[in-house]
Amino acid sequence: MEPLVKILAKAVPLKQDNLDTDQILPARFLMMPRDEKYKTYLFRDLSHDENQAIISSFILNQEKFSDARILVAGRNFGCGSSREGAVFALVDSGFRCVIAPSFGDIFYNNSFNNGLLPIILEKQHVEELQNELFLDLNPELLVDLENQIVLHKSGFKTTFDIDPHRRERLLRGLDMIGYTQQYLKETEKFEEQYFLSYPWLSIR
Amino acid sequence: MLSTGTSKPSPKHPRTLFDKIWDRHEIIRNSAGQSLLFIDQHFCHELSFHAFNMLKRRNIKVRHPSRTAAIADHYTPTTGERPENFSSLDRFKLYKTLESNATDHGVEFFGLGDDRRGIIHVVGPEQGLSLPGSTIVCGDSHTATHGGVGALSFGIGASDVSHVLATQTLWQPRPKKMRIKVIGRRPPHVSAKDTILAIISKIGTSGATGHVIEYAGPVISNMSVEERLTVCNMSIEAGARAGMVAPDYTVFEWIAGRPYAPSGQKFSEAIENWQALVTDEDASFDLDVEIDGTNIAPMVSWGTSPEDTLPITGSIPDPQKEPDREKRRALAGKLEYMGLKPGSALMDTPIDCVFIGSCTNSRIQDLREAAAVARGRTAKVRTIVVPGSALIKSQAEKEGLDKIFRMAGFDWRPSAGCSMCVGVNGDLVAPEERCVSTSNRNFRGRQGPRARTHLVGPAMAAAAAVTGRLTDVRKLERL
Repeated sequence: MEPLVKILAKAVPLKQDNLDTDQILPARFLMMPRDEKYKTYLFRDLSHDENQAIISSFILNQEKFSDARILVAGRNFGCGSSREGAVFALVDSGFRCVIAPSFGDIFYNNSFNNGLLPIILEKQHVEELQNELFLDLNPELLVDLENQIVLHKSGFKTTFDIDPHRRERLLRGLDMIGYTQQYLKETEKFEEQYFLSYPWLSIR
Repeated sequence: MLSTGTSKPSPKHPRTLFDKIWDRHEIIRNSAGQSLLFIDQHFCHELSFHAFNMLKRRNIKVRHPSRTAAIADHYTPTTGERPENFSSLDRFKLYKTLESNATDHGVEFFGLGDDRRGIIHVVGPEQGLSLPGSTIVCGDSHTATHGGVGALSFGIGASDVSHVLATQTLWQPRPKKMRIKVIGRRPPHVSAKDTILAIISKIGTSGATGHVIEYAGPVISNMSVEERLTVCNMSIEAGARAGMVAPDYTVFEWIAGRPYAPSGQKFSEAIENWQALVTDEDASFDLDVEIDGTNIAPMVSWGTSPEDTLPITGSIPDPQKEPDREKRRALAGKLEYMGLKPGSALMDTPIDCVFIGSCTNSRIQDLREAAAVARGRTAKVRTIVVPGSALIKSQAEKEGLDKIFRMAGFDWRPSAGCSMCVGVNGDLVAPEERCVSTSNRNFRGRQGPRARTHLVGPAMAAAAAVTGRLTDVRKLERL
């Protein structure tokens, strides 16, 4: 996983609450392999009409926001199914950070496993930021994970909270399986005791 | 700095049901407060190919193959158990990929023609693979279902699936705790589904974000196991990490004799242990909510989020009455998508099709409730009924429910699976068709592009089927 320390990139405001994972990655794409086409599935039914023509009013299709790497979204972003494909599609489209007042729990977890930084900010801060980005001709944002700061040239500046372990993983691009395997001895010791205490769970 | 999970908290410290299960599975805790949890039971379905690919790239084998069951449910056909029943070759290949991944790693596979096969969240409890006090995960957000037997059970993404396959563990931050007490008495014709829809409409789809819910109170403890599974199933729709009900004798009796459940002396030992899995009297919750079950009515969703739900006697909200501009726009967008008029009554809205099935409502009790309404009546719209497992199918046929459905013109499907809840097997709702569904999500496009979904319980679904309209099951004429 590519480490993430600072991102200075275009940010796109997507003002919609409860954008569920079916909107981020429609279910019909779930069976697709993760190849170079994966990014084209992102927000497919919001960005294209039933004849597969591009919907120009959808904000991610607007020239000003092309190449955005930061998404500033509404409440409960990524709620719904556990599909990690929703995160794959965002990452493969170049996104490294999503800012929202709240997230779907599993989406939030999945993000860290793919080097995507989810930032929770107060609703009023998110809305303020979205409004600045709309007005901004060059809607750039600085996200500094090391110092836990979000900065916009309008003077908007705020800090954010993040679990220190998850922060470390993103900063170093740490792979979880390798990390956990360090604790194999502790796990084996635990299991021995566990199966003695709960013998009906050890029979398989 | 790490602390080991083997140090037991002082017995005087009051703990919740959740705390007790969490604590017994904690291997270590890191300095950031994340716990490495031991996972008792893991379930895989066709979409676990991403996770198996991750293992392949690193040349890792599944650490405890007997703790994973691979069960095909998402892409399987409902029209039969043969390869030619699949709606496309791609889907059949996906199914075969699950089979070969399972075989390669020594994981048990429940495939076509196997009478143990069905929807994972139906099969796990039914086979006795899901036990009280255990930790259960699956790459599916409705895994909270298994909380109905008193397990800590939650959905995870593909990377975490590969982590569990490789290590049989998972890192988790300790979630907050929420208790939802449903007091009073549930009126007749009000189902478990109505109960959870009423809860979600009250607390909202992010009302329980970051929390594990314990459902409690007399309405919950009087529920059958099937009903508890339905309630826990939709915990994710309230944003919760998991949902659970304290296991009691209703659960123990239900589990007894199931194929993978402990038996004999081990079962007695287990029951003795499971009885302690209750919230201590003085234990505290981060959030406490109380709902009076006496006031719950049959519910119907009208919008594109499960929180957009009202009693069947309600009316569609009017965007003009919404003071906030953003909310007004969002509401108008929902009504446009759903093809509904502001202010009009939900009751008698004409519909196009009905789906009875899914991990929420495809168990034997659900089918009995739907059949009781279908008996002696005739479907006015296309209606499909998909049993949750092969065993439920057999049981329903033994009870003659299939005949009742067929006599009423309902399409009784011979094969279990997720079917029209998510539509990935090809069972789809057509664009702009209005579907009354016993599933769990009414998201845009969930049952097919531009499909319109109304979530209800099984009796309400059957009532809609025989009238061709959204109908109050309490007001159906008695036959």
